[in-house]
Amino acid sequence: MADLGKKVVDGLYGLRDWVDDRFPLMQNWNEHLAKYYAPKNFNFWYYFGGFALLVFAIQILTGIWLTMNYKPSAEEAFASVEYIMRDVNWGWLIRYMHSTGASAFFVVIYLHMFRALLYGSYKKPRELLWLSGMGLYLVLMGEAFFGYLLPWGQMSYWGAQVIISLFGALPIVGEQLSLWIRGDFVVSDVTLNRFFSLHVIAFPLLIFGLIGAHILALHEVGSNNPDGVEIKKNKNAEGIPVDGIPFHPYYTVKDIFGATVFLIFFFGVVFFMPEMNGYFLEHANFIPADPLKTPEHIAPVWYFTPFYAILRAVPDQLGGVIAMGLSTTIFLVLPWLDRSPVKSTRYRGRNFKCALVLFVISFLTLGWLGMQPVTPLFTWMARFFSLVYFAFFLLMPFYTAIDNDKTVPDRVKN
Amino acid sequence: MDNSNVDKSRRRFLTAAATVVGGAGAAAGAVPFIATMTPSAKTKAIGAPVEVDISKLKPGERMIEKWQGKPVWILRRTKEMLADIAAQDGAVSDPKSESSAQPEYAKNEYRAREDEFLVVIGICTHLGCSPSFVLKDSDNTPADNWKGGFFCPCHGSRFDLAGRVFKGVPAPTNLVIPPYKFITPSRLVIGDDSEAV
Repeated sequence: MADLGKKVVDGLYGLRDWVDDRFPLMQNWNEHLAKYYAPKNFNFWYYFGGFALLVFAIQILTGIWLTMNYKPSAEEAFASVEYIMRDVNWGWLIRYMHSTGASAFFVVIYLHMFRALLYGSYKKPRELLWLSGMGLYLVLMGEAFFGYLLPWGQMSYWGAQVIISLFGALPIVGEQLSLWIRGDFVVSDVTLNRFFSLHVIAFPLLIFGLIGAHILALHEVGSNNPDGVEIKKNKNAEGIPVDGIPFHPYYTVKDIFGATVFLIFFFGVVFFMPEMNGYFLEHANFIPADPLKTPEHIAPVWYFTPFYAILRAVPDQLGGVIAMGLSTTIFLVLPWLDRSPVKSTRYRGRNFKCALVLFVISFLTLGWLGMQPVTPLFTWMARFFSLVYFAFFLLMPFYTAIDNDKTVPDRVKN
Repeated sequence: MDNSNVDKSRRRFLTAAATVVGGAGAAAGAVPFIATMTPSAKTKAIGAPVEVDISKLKPGERMIEKWQGKPVWILRRTKEMLADIAAQDGAVSDPKSESSAQPEYAKNEYRAREDEFLVVIGICTHLGCSPSFVLKDSDNTPADNWKGGFFCPCHGSRFDLAGRVFKGVPAPTNLVIPPYKFITPSRLVIGDDSEAV
């Protein structure tokens, strides 16, 4: 028996060597896993990038299966989703995994982005890592927007109508541009059909490519860490960072453990509260799209509401659209707005810490306001918090330059 | 390979020429992909005029018709409603409809061919929601001293009973008046105003 076991193992090694002579298998394994040295002090916040990858896999898998039964036409779309929910075997599970996955994607991405703010992971030399990540975030917003039209409910329809009209507010080209996006004078079957195409092919491919670029950029510069210390500055005789540990097996095991816990929460939502009281699946979307009647109260899904609140806060049409566009894209220039030499908030001064707290409060409050009906009080609150939101970015070159930062240690702390 | 005899300027010229010609080809190749997303011939053909019977519409009532996929409202206004419109010239941002879209025959105080009937596209000029019709004595009026009109639930724009936008709301212009004509006193065609009187 022992001989047979040895023979099998030798055979497998032989096969690996055969592949290695023809394809850089072990080279990539080592470069990205076994000999990729990550800082030894990763904490809780470093789970979310891996979770995002996991949710992407869930969305691709469930998306392929949903496409088997979904019909992208204005006549049939709503009914085909009901068919998936009621008549297709296990269809409800696949669909709830996909709809919960959409919200889960944004939950983990927002936490992943907050981690970058917390530890300065966007700062030199990780500017391109940050830009590819922001690219992913913007494409993900497009992907979610296209996907939301597909069930062809009232919220799907009027949400798309409003968002496409945003482009119509642009001067000169606006009207033509929104006509081109819709392919019709109103949101219609034509629009639904093309959104389906973009949702299932174009944007997933873009996301896939950008994830590749994001990981390549990460592995080129190396991971940041909660201390914001560059571990590559302290290498031993073999050229290995002394504060680094190989990603595999140390962080693969940590991430598998994290993924297990994440999936417990994820399926808790899928099984027990897939609608999340109207936050993940909005109530008005259980009514088929009616182009003649807007629901009494329309609001985007929760992950868009901070930007929606900013749009509503501006009393001018074009001004609102510009403010909303800026609120999502201003993150792109973050690496160049931050003048502090220190990365992690652990060693940053009080200015940045206060600014970050105010920013998080305004982001969350705007998110809540974006779900509320329009009242004069809420409009003024939205205006105030929009100012705080933009001040975080626009004043950053000033308050970070004069911050009372602490001394950063040479090595990461144990 | 010996590169010492290479004519570098010729190589640069060929690279530049290939880039320009190739770029032009790629741009030309993009044209059909972009153009295929504009409205098709079939989509354009669906916008035919619709005929509406308004004989059952009582004073103060509104009906909704569909034209080009959009809601078109027909409101039969009472004398009181018309008086309220005239009284609000100061509160609306474009009282004479100078920067708003309407056919020439509707560019007047009540924005209509006949004062009694308002025919208007029920799509907010802000971001395309369809506003709700809120009467003067409703429980939930969108503003103090509300004389009746339309309120957009999406972003809070308000319009009076002639579709004129109030000041201080996000919608930039008055609601759009479509082309229309009366073929009899109780029959209306939306989307066609040829041979109009």
